[in-house]
Amino acid sequence: MSLTDAGAPERAAGNAPSDPGRQRRGLTERLLAVRELSLLIALGLLVLVTTVRNDRFLSGQSVKDLLLGCAILVILAVGQTLVIITRNVDLSVGSILGLVAFATGSLFLSAPGTPWPVALVVGVALGALCGAVNGGLIAVARVPALVITLGTLYAFRGIDYYWASGSQINAADMPPSFLRLGNQTVLGVPVLFLVALVVVAVVGFYLRSYRSGRELYAIGSEPAAARLSGIPVGRRVFAVFVASGAFAGLAGVLYAARFGTLDAAAGTGLELQVVAAAVVGGVAIFGGSGSAYGAALGAVLLTTIGSSLAVLRIDPFWQQAVVGALILAAIGLDRVLALRVAARLRGRSAHGA
Amino acid sequence: MTADAPGTDGAPLLVLDGVTKSFGAVAALRGVHLALHSGEAHALVGENGAGKSTLVKILAGAHAPDAGAMTLDGQPLRLRGPADARAAGIAVIYQEPTLFPDLSVAENIFMGRQPLRGLRRIDTTAMNRDAERLFQRLGVRIDPTRPARGLSIADQQLVEIAKAISFDARVLVMDEPTAALSGVEVERLFAVARSLCEHGAAVLFISHRFNEVFDLCHRVTVLRDGAWVSSDRATDLTVDEVVRRMVGRDVASLYPKQDAELRDTLLEVRGLTRAGVFTDVSFSVRGGEIVALAGLVGAGRSEVARAVFGVDRYDAGEVLVAGRAVPAGNPGRAIAAGMALVPEDRRQQGLVMELSVERNATLARRRALSRLGLLLGAAERAEARHWTRRLQVKTSRLGAPVATLSGGNQQKVVLAKWLATEPRVLIIDEPTRGIDVGTKSEVHRLLSELAGEGLAILMISSELPEVLGMADRVLVMHEGRLVRELPRDEADETSIMFAATGQGATA
Ligand SMILES: Nc1ncnc2c1ncn2[C@@H]1O[C@H](COP(=O)(O)OP(=O)(O)OP(=O)(O)O)[C@@H](O)[C@H]1O
Ligand SMILES: [Mg+2]
Repeated sequence: MSLTDAGAPERAAGNAPSDPGRQRRGLTERLLAVRELSLLIALGLLVLVTTVRNDRFLSGQSVKDLLLGCAILVILAVGQTLVIITRNVDLSVGSILGLVAFATGSLFLSAPGTPWPVALVVGVALGALCGAVNGGLIAVARVPALVITLGTLYAFRGIDYYWASGSQINAADMPPSFLRLGNQTVLGVPVLFLVALVVVAVVGFYLRSYRSGRELYAIGSEPAAARLSGIPVGRRVFAVFVASGAFAGLAGVLYAARFGTLDAAAGTGLELQVVAAAVVGGVAIFGGSGSAYGAALGAVLLTTIGSSLAVLRIDPFWQQAVVGALILAAIGLDRVLALRVAARLRGRSAHGA
Repeated sequence: MTADAPGTDGAPLLVLDGVTKSFGAVAALRGVHLALHSGEAHALVGENGAGKSTLVKILAGAHAPDAGAMTLDGQPLRLRGPADARAAGIAVIYQEPTLFPDLSVAENIFMGRQPLRGLRRIDTTAMNRDAERLFQRLGVRIDPTRPARGLSIADQQLVEIAKAISFDARVLVMDEPTAALSGVEVERLFAVARSLCEHGAAVLFISHRFNEVFDLCHRVTVLRDGAWVSSDRATDLTVDEVVRRMVGRDVASLYPKQDAELRDTLLEVRGLTRAGVFTDVSFSVRGGEIVALAGLVGAGRSEVARAVFGVDRYDAGEVLVAGRAVPAGNPGRAIAAGMALVPEDRRQQGLVMELSVERNATLARRRALSRLGLLLGAAERAEARHWTRRLQVKTSRLGAPVATLSGGNQQKVVLAKWLATEPRVLIIDEPTRGIDVGTKSEVHRLLSELAGEGLAILMISSELPEVLGMADRVLVMHEGRLVRELPRDEADETSIMFAATGQGATA
């Protein structure tokens, strides 16, 4: 980015005694970068330590499994980031994933010749519909999203169970071209992970560079002020839930492609992992800050911890504890960073006279 | 009231007619008329709770009026939301800053209107540059890339001002934009407002400082209890006349600090230093004395106050109350030692907006009012009633959430909260920010009385008449240093401004 050249001449003409903000990458942005860097370092250390103990951890197959394993969580975490940034939360994503996965299976079962892109579109649309239900209820009932989506978590899962009524869908019921989607690799990288990467890049770019993306941060940062500055808060929040539902739908289709065997319980309990990934990734639970990149890194980190504990033959019981510790560490880190920034800012109270 | 002013062609730009608004049982506005002319600055004055901010929010599209009509350029104006008001060319500075703490200052200014480049992406470079230009126009230095979180109240107001002028609006509405600013910043704001007027904009200006009103405005409209009282040309009015119309009676002398017998030193500050913020600040305040800290915005006055009280840490120096050292960075111990701090930022540091008036008023004294760990409801109410009555807080009931009070009345609740702790040393940052004339003299009388009872008072104020009227001694800060100490009889506007702008010898 050429952030250095443009501002210089005016500044020279200004009455600048000392010179704050010269690092043209703004303070606000640098804070995010630090946060994401700390995640990368944590991830690097984890991989390093695990590899030292067991060098097969970095073998091709295990890396592939790892990437495959984190793709779905990454997509969900990115969708959740959109929601959390606006000071909301979507607890129904696990249920939406389950419902869409089962719907995808049923679609192939009842119409065997369906090409997989059609199934993909149908799944995403169904997810978006579920998200619209969430968004609509929140707009109408004026009840916190936490409560509404807790309700739809059970409602969507209930529909799923009713529909499945104990039956199961097997890989044999699905076209091979669709199943390949779940396991194929391009240059050694799973397609699923590539899809996740695209999602991260698109959402990350949108949140950073588009007006409506920035408005999401404004809404979460200070809802009352957002309303006063003319941001269509209701519409944006609705859209965010639709998007989160659509991403959950996409994840549901990919889930079906990857596992093939489906019952009504798919994705149960996933929502908490998703929220954990976002929080570890630096998305502030009270809204207003965080990025899609951070949330994605958080999801990768959580998945990697799972695999590396398995590789290190550590009791799965510890995995929960480690995830818990990680969330606390992430919150602590955010706090420390915030304090340091506050101190820095107070140190430069310079005003021209 | 409809007389033409020089430079206007008679037809007003924006007209409010019979505007009425109630909140439940509270009638905030009753049939108010207002006509803004292009090229003119129009002042709106009235006591706390008179309905000024409500009128502003109606102009901003944030509240829908219950009755009444608005026209812009002769066309009926219907505002369904703040976005409509913006589209109609109305820019508003609200009384309480409406910033997004997590976003950068530049984004706060341009939210929803960020400059774009290819693919409709936001052009951050251009946005920061534009923000910097706005600040230059206002003559202030705020880094546009820093987050808005942590800005002082004055800086927040400056950002709001920058935002409002960036609209190139036809109607600029400013609800107490100067309440935390000192003379120099106010002058710059007025220069910008005047140039907007010259380009044909209409300005609506709200302030409790009459010198500003008469300095800037061509016309003055007075509101009382939500009702329109009068609209006149400023040249036909005097301050006394305006006050009489606002309050409905004559208000006696504005700044009555009585001479009090000076007692022992109660607050002593030695060599207080915080790197990059303030350096080697030493002073003392005796019982019965009011000492004012004067200076420009950003001179470090509030920072010193916060450090003395222990909200912020300091790198060197010490603070003594009645000869005993108070540990650094510990407000709890400071309160125990008998200190109280009325902070500048009432929303962030002074009040819990969702709680009731009585809860807020007794928040700092909960322990004294409780027995066996239970809070005594009756004692709490009695105490709250005592202080809210003494400060004339205007509220429908003590149980109402503080958020529904007018700005000035919120400030009174903050004062009540800390006065109820019966401190020995009172540090008070902008004591009358947003408080109307009648109550202002009441607050001043109260401070004077408290000093008479032996309190040591350290007062920070950007309003020079207040400093001159109240202070026994004036300490002037410039860029983080105490540059001058003026006894009451040597302090006047020139000597203070001289020192505050860094001219003249150091003390
Ligand atoms: N949201 C609200 N809910 C209930 N009452 C309100 C609300 N907003 C304002 N009021 C009441 O309306 C009246 C007018 O308030 P307003 O804020 O317009 O006063 P103001 O003239 O701006 O006073 P100040 O000088 O103190 O800022 C007050 O009695 C206030 O308590
Ligand atoms: Mg007001």
